[in-house]
Amino acid sequence: MSVFIDKNTKLVIQGITGRDGSFHAKQMMEYGTQVVAGVTPGKGGQKFEGTVPIFNTVADAVKATGANTSVIYVPPPFAADAIMEAAAAGVQLVVCITEGVPVLDMTKVYPFVKERGVRLIGPNCPGLITPGASKVGIIPGRICTPGPVGVVSRSGTLTYEVVYQLTRAGIGQTTCVGIGGDPINGTNFIDCLAAFEKDPATKAVAMMGEIGGTDEQEAAEYVKQHMKKPVVGFIAGQTAPPGRRMGHAGAIISGSSGTAAEKLEAFAAAGMGIAKRPIDFVELIRARLK
Amino acid sequence: MNIHEYQAKEILRGYGVNIPPGEIATTPAEAEAIAKKYGTAVMVKAQVHAGGRGKAGGVKFCKTPADAKEKATAILGMQIKGLTVEKVLVTVAADIGTEAYVGIIVDRATKKPVFMVSAAGGIDIEQVAAETPEKILYVPVDVRYGLPTYDAMRMGFFLYDDVKLARAAGKIMQQLYAAFMASGCSLAEINPLVVTPQGELVAVDGKMVIDDNELDRLPAIAALRDESSEEPSEVDARNANLTFIKLDGNVGCVVNGAGLAMATMDLVKYYGGEPANFLDIGGSSNPEKVVNALRIITADPNVKAILFNIFGGITRTDDVANGIVTATKANPLKVPIVIRLTGTNEEIAMKILTENGFSASSDMDEAVQKAVALAKGGKAA
Repeated sequence: MSVFIDKNTKLVIQGITGRDGSFHAKQMMEYGTQVVAGVTPGKGGQKFEGTVPIFNTVADAVKATGANTSVIYVPPPFAADAIMEAAAAGVQLVVCITEGVPVLDMTKVYPFVKERGVRLIGPNCPGLITPGASKVGIIPGRICTPGPVGVVSRSGTLTYEVVYQLTRAGIGQTTCVGIGGDPINGTNFIDCLAAFEKDPATKAVAMMGEIGGTDEQEAAEYVKQHMKKPVVGFIAGQTAPPGRRMGHAGAIISGSSGTAAEKLEAFAAAGMGIAKRPIDFVELIRARLK
Repeated sequence: MNIHEYQAKEILRGYGVNIPPGEIATTPAEAEAIAKKYGTAVMVKAQVHAGGRGKAGGVKFCKTPADAKEKATAILGMQIKGLTVEKVLVTVAADIGTEAYVGIIVDRATKKPVFMVSAAGGIDIEQVAAETPEKILYVPVDVRYGLPTYDAMRMGFFLYDDVKLARAAGKIMQQLYAAFMASGCSLAEINPLVVTPQGELVAVDGKMVIDDNELDRLPAIAALRDESSEEPSEVDARNANLTFIKLDGNVGCVVNGAGLAMATMDLVKYYGGEPANFLDIGGSSNPEKVVNALRIITADPNVKAILFNIFGGITRTDDVANGIVTATKANPLKVPIVIRLTGTNEEIAMKILTENGFSASSDMDEAVQKAVALAKGGKAA
């Protein structure tokens, strides 16, 4: 079992002929993801790598192939429209990899996808992977292995680091979800925690947050109130100065709010395990799987 | 991106907000001339990207042009939170009756722009929120419909009992909202919004923060960037497409990915060191980025050791290794370097590094401890 994606995921790739889109399309196909269609306006009727049909619109792709999930690799000025196009075309899950989407665009897109009951992951995220079944996005497949741990994170390479350490220690994953580093994203920690709590295969959750906002604090409250499964948390940015955007648009301490200290306090109050270093996940998770 | 008060005021004026006339001076003589032209009392205000300008002595009331010259002499060149004041705004001083706060931010929780208004203006709104939250009215805006007049009026009446003032304030809310949306802001505020003894509404201070992701499509706003008021190494890094933030420690960090970069800084601290910077070389492989990163980091005299932490996903670690070799051949390093890399093409990268006399590890904790020890002048553990 897994969350959000599995062997039945039928993927359409928006921006499949672009530099990033084509590279990762091949990687996803190699991993075994069912890539059923691509979309590039003006290239409808062509084929990607001789096998995947390309369409002018997502609606055409969905109609012809039954795609139920979309992944977006289009440049930032067009990403908001691409998300709305996918949601309007009837896919259930939209994963937006694009980094640099203006946050005011997201204030329009968010209600649009919510009102259609569509799940959006991202933007500015590495996507997700259900090891051994399906990968949607850019998480390197070889660092993952199937197993009982759900992983959710606001980061890309930090997620790889932790997943790699877990895999090396023989601890596999149900699904790894990168929710993205922007101030407004489609899926938050609570959405993922709720999905992992429901997933019978997930026995423990590793959660990597960072400075900025209150998503982690709310997630900790959710863990306390609603979760039976153990959760181990980490916060990046303990040494970050206030008022500076630390790479991710959402990783900023505003005034005195959004600090690592207040998030770690919330984790402790919820009885969560706290990883002080990325490597600490290995022992903390192992102890909770026993 | 931060812009100066005078720039924010110019934008707001363009949307019809009533703002006292003002001009920029870079010398005391210019400040005097501007004050003379207005023929009335003026404020001389430091233009730097820092809060608390008033407390730092960077905002002064001046009765006469001679007074303006004297105050400008004191303020120009002054340091406020480590930033040198290069210019002052000389603006007509408003008569102040009451002061209110009007601000709008993109709120992460509601995922909407949210207005915050309070009759307790002129002071730090965070303090008001912490101590007397009932004095703030929050009004979220659905961007698909904009700010409806009834919501604008609701805020007007929250600030003023008088219907004329409430209506005038409501109009300013709509003007502020229009400026906020069109300028790609993540924050815009008028603090204080003043009612003069004559019953006129005046925006005495204005602030705007622009979402960096908007700059490509808003060239006129992007042109407002004042590089002279930023840390030179950060300007250099941005022009090289690197995300760099200077800190006070002595371990220079080069990392790929923002989350891992923060986690690396934290681990330096965990092992008893202090990071000299945040630096994210990004996801794409490009040896040139590594060359630029090393140039920027080694320019900081505080840096006593350099730490690379690369997790190769999209980033090819052999590209990073080639970048290190190229950069250090051109400019031999004067401080020790510790390299950790793992992931895509790790074997090739290790071979390149070894052949060129570098050693590298694949363990993050080990590398960080080594860099911390070297920065302290000790031997590698």
